[in-house]
Amino acid sequence: MSIAIDIDSVAKRYGSFTALHGVSLQVHEGEFFGLLGPNGAGKTTLISIVAGLARASSGTVRVMGHDVVGDYRAARRALGVVPQEIVFDPFFTVRETLRLTSGYYGIRRNDDWIDEILTGLDLDSKADENMRALSGGMKRRVLVAQALVHRPPVIVLDEPTAGVDVELRQTLWQFIRRLNEQGHTIVLTTHYLEEAQEFCGRIAMLNQGRLVALDATRELLRAFSAGRLLLRISGAPLPASLEPLVIESPERDRIALQVDRYEAVEPMLAALREAGCRIEDMELLHADLEDVFVSIMKESRA
Amino acid sequence: MTGFRTLFHKELLRFTKVGFQTIGAPIVSALLYLLIFSHVLEGRVEVFESVRYSSFLVPGLVMMALLQNSFANASSSLVQSKVTGNIVFVLLPPMSSFEIFLAYVLAAMVRGLVVGLGVLLVTTWFVDLQVAEPGWILVFALLGSAILATMGLLAGIWADKFDQMAAFQNFFIMPLTFLAGVFYSVKSLPGFWQEMSHLNPFFYMVDGFRRGFIGVSDVSPWVSLAVVGGSLALVAAFSLALLSRGYKLRH
Repeated sequence: MSIAIDIDSVAKRYGSFTALHGVSLQVHEGEFFGLLGPNGAGKTTLISIVAGLARASSGTVRVMGHDVVGDYRAARRALGVVPQEIVFDPFFTVRETLRLTSGYYGIRRNDDWIDEILTGLDLDSKADENMRALSGGMKRRVLVAQALVHRPPVIVLDEPTAGVDVELRQTLWQFIRRLNEQGHTIVLTTHYLEEAQEFCGRIAMLNQGRLVALDATRELLRAFSAGRLLLRISGAPLPASLEPLVIESPERDRIALQVDRYEAVEPMLAALREAGCRIEDMELLHADLEDVFVSIMKESRA
Repeated sequence: MTGFRTLFHKELLRFTKVGFQTIGAPIVSALLYLLIFSHVLEGRVEVFESVRYSSFLVPGLVMMALLQNSFANASSSLVQSKVTGNIVFVLLPPMSSFEIFLAYVLAAMVRGLVVGLGVLLVTTWFVDLQVAEPGWILVFALLGSAILATMGLLAGIWADKFDQMAAFQNFFIMPLTFLAGVFYSVKSLPGFWQEMSHLNPFFYMVDGFRRGFIGVSDVSPWVSLAVVGGSLALVAAFSLALLSRGYKLRH
């Protein structure tokens, strides 16, 4: 598999503050890749370096094999970036905005493709409206459209659904998923972990400028977060043998226990029975990315 | 060069879409200067022998409008884009710093030249203008607008907010233009101030430009050409260096 984005020991220092401590990772062609991390983890800094909006203090980045500094023209032509902030030029309409962006990328007479993007993003009816007149969600869609005018093989979205309502979010995801199916490489940063879990095949987690996890989403879920068994018991307190497995216990009779494998459930129930506990209610929950995220962030802080 | 052409075109659209403010307003204020100063000073001030004060004043006003608007266009466009964040639209595409430089500077020159021409056309209704050496008019109009457009670009790169921009304009550009001998000949100044004026590169732009109309000047137009040409080379090299280093644009 060839490599769409190759990030090699990238560090970024602002004065005495280090935003990135030598991060290395590779995104393969055709992947749907997630970049997660809390605020200030360095996600946007990393993306800015990939996009040429910031310069690395050391290390190199290649997009489709082109160095983002030495061969910036080819690298930027291969890359479409949807910035995190909603920005727009108030002087122009949606269509004018997209024509201008096409021109910046060296493409003239791009109207057929622009129409196709407008349709795909449900922006047809807004094509001749001034950018100022659009809602925040619509402006966000125009930003996505701008990132696509030059048909880049690699698309980076920096928190594309922040502040976007549910319906818009759905359209956006459908569209992005379709792009991925057509072979575009997608890199995504998001705060919505369920989105990353649903869409991303592989995930990198950043914390305080360091890469703290990088694996297939499936593997991360398996390795880092077991399921949990939610219990409501009566009759007797939880036996001591199960105490180490307690994740949380908001009330004395309501307990969440950690379950690594399904086979572990049976002996746990046996222990409860022997201790004289009656099970009033029971629920087995699967791990989700949020648990993984929380546990990795806890670990990396330690 | 499609990238350059598009950015140039966009910069032209940006000011023509608000033409009342960017072209109309400066023409009106230049006209007001002309009416007031020529009313008050006509017949009382003789700058050069056999040159009426209003004929002396008009080329100065034209140059002042041309310079200030060239500066204003590049600087306000860039600082606005930085403050609102839409500068990323220019930074993300595969454009070289030279393309970006050229687009901003040429568009700002166009605005300066259009406003200058507007002032000239409007004032010819009120003042009988002569054109003694048209070559100098063209040369100094082009060089002057190029220098101020480039300085506007520099100011736009440096300033992070409108406040800093306004400071640059009001404490630097305005005094230099007003003290460049627009309303008076620097020869009429006391010795010290006359020498100070000769350190102001804007003086040479105005003096050389006016030479094209009235055929006389404080200093030789060739000296002015050397100073103005040298200044342009300096500011252009400096701003190109900043752009390609990404100073304050690519962090």
